[in-house]
Amino acid sequence: MAKRIDVSGLTAYYGSHKAIDDISMTVEPRSVTAFIGPSGCGKSTFLRTLNRMHEVTPGGRVEGKVMLDDENLYGKDVDPVAVRRTVGMVFQRPNPFPTMSIFDNVAAGLRLNGNYKKSELAEVVERSLKGANLWNEVKDRLNKPGSGLSGGQQQRLCIARAIAVEPDVLLMDEPCSALDPISTLAIEDLISELKERFTIVIVTHNMQQAARVSDRTAFFNLAAVGQPGKLVEIDETERIFSNPSVQATEDYISGRFG
Amino acid sequence: MSNAIQDAAPTQAPPRRDSLSHRRMPRWAPAGFAAVSIALGVGIGTATGLESRIQWGLIAAAFFVVISYAATSAVENRRQAKDRLATSVVWVCFVLAVVPLLSLVWVTVSRGIKVLDGYFLTHSMAGVPGFEPGGGVYHALIGTLEQVGLATLVSAPIGLLTAVYLVEYGKGSLAKAVTFFVDVMTGIPSIVAGLFILSIMLIAGLAPSGLMGALALAILMIPVVVRSTEEMLKLVPNELREAALALGVPKWRVILKVVIPTAVGGITTGVMLAIARIAGETAPIMLLVFGSQLINTNPFEGAQSSLPFYIWEQYRVGNEASYDRAWAAALVLIAFVMILNLVARGIARWKAPKTGR
Repeated sequence: MAKRIDVSGLTAYYGSHKAIDDISMTVEPRSVTAFIGPSGCGKSTFLRTLNRMHEVTPGGRVEGKVMLDDENLYGKDVDPVAVRRTVGMVFQRPNPFPTMSIFDNVAAGLRLNGNYKKSELAEVVERSLKGANLWNEVKDRLNKPGSGLSGGQQQRLCIARAIAVEPDVLLMDEPCSALDPISTLAIEDLISELKERFTIVIVTHNMQQAARVSDRTAFFNLAAVGQPGKLVEIDETERIFSNPSVQATEDYISGRFG
Repeated sequence: MSNAIQDAAPTQAPPRRDSLSHRRMPRWAPAGFAAVSIALGVGIGTATGLESRIQWGLIAAAFFVVISYAATSAVENRRQAKDRLATSVVWVCFVLAVVPLLSLVWVTVSRGIKVLDGYFLTHSMAGVPGFEPGGGVYHALIGTLEQVGLATLVSAPIGLLTAVYLVEYGKGSLAKAVTFFVDVMTGIPSIVAGLFILSIMLIAGLAPSGLMGALALAILMIPVVVRSTEEMLKLVPNELREAALALGVPKWRVILKVVIPTAVGGITTGVMLAIARIAGETAPIMLLVFGSQLINTNPFEGAQSSLPFYIWEQYRVGNEASYDRAWAAALVLIAFVMILNLVARGIARWKAPKTGR
């Protein structure tokens, strides 16, 4: 299930503005890779290029190659819709569909894609909610609207929604930045469980979080405001946090930045 | 630490500025101002022998604003007085807006209720001379329902799809051109829309019918539907679109299953308001539907009537019985629009994104 991502020479633009420049890296399957770096350095943009969400933004375009195992996501005949079914995404702010119940939210991916068996739906929803550690909290109110849950529960609902379509890779764009420490802990625990099945990439501003949950960490930086973001280094998390090979990484992590 | 602060506080306390509390007007002050200014308005009005009650009201409104400001600046302070000034202006404007509305409803109801009954709603004017009492509005009601219904059937899908194009797909010069022409269409006088369809009707050699009127009404309705739907679709948070796209849902399904359902309450309201707008149009009906005293349930063939046309027709006859019928028909038209509005609100509430737990 989980797949390796191999990025080479990836450059992304917003209109004429170059947001990230010439990024190459490998994301290992069944592991958690964290992206850290200052605001505006292109972490989120890079993350969004990994499931072709970048081009949804008006003016967004991408050059370079992203290999998912042996398929180039930016190949000529690749359907972005199929890519997004394989590479799921969880956003910074919880965004359950306001017109749908908890059940319908989790089932949304399957229902909207149209390829599911009715009899399996309830089972998939239960499995996904259990996978997101939310089942016990919501099993008695599956028909209630998803927007009635707390922020942390909503975010876990969004994770359940993302894993219900059984993607190979799960991208998370600062999934805990709007949550309190307890909900954050719940989601971090969940991430460690999910990495058994998925390849996980997580963007975070929280250095401790990167250290806690990730196996490998990539540090992004930008030379100056308005310059494109670049990948400074990617390495085992332990090494990045104890003995990084680039001085800028150490400065950023130890707070001696800028 | 906390002890130190407490100990230090008495000695280092800064010199006290003005107290945080100051003199306040009592809560009933605005009501009092209103009573005083109304009394002044009435007093001045009768003293100087002003005929019109509207003048009395305007004098009272001016007094209300001035008294509120003066009294508050005397008792409280200038900031509070400015606040009171703005509040009182808002109140005055509100009353000025509501008074004509209430007076219109009051006159229509009080004059229209006279002949409005089951008989009036279920009978046409067939065989009733205009100067005699009797007869009814049934044929006009049928006409309005069918013409407005057909116009909605034509314009709601066109308007909805245009708005979807503008919000979800449109960029560049085509979208700009569409927006421009929608804006231009909003300003088309109804008689021009009627003449446009009339010219087509004459070129194609067609006879007047309800459908022709409905087409002219549709031209008037489309821009209103596009505008309101566009605004509603723009209100749908982009995050929902992205969330659905990231699940691997094709864009057309995202629009159909996420964007439109989220906005459906507002869209319905917009369509209903557009219907309310065209339900009162007379000019295209006069040109294209011709008017009739008889019941014609077929909108595709033959002349029909409609409520605004009926009102105009009855008022033109010019005697007591026909005036009564005109007012009653006006009441029916207002009730029709009112019911549509209530239905729209009901749908909007029913379909609104749910927040309960």
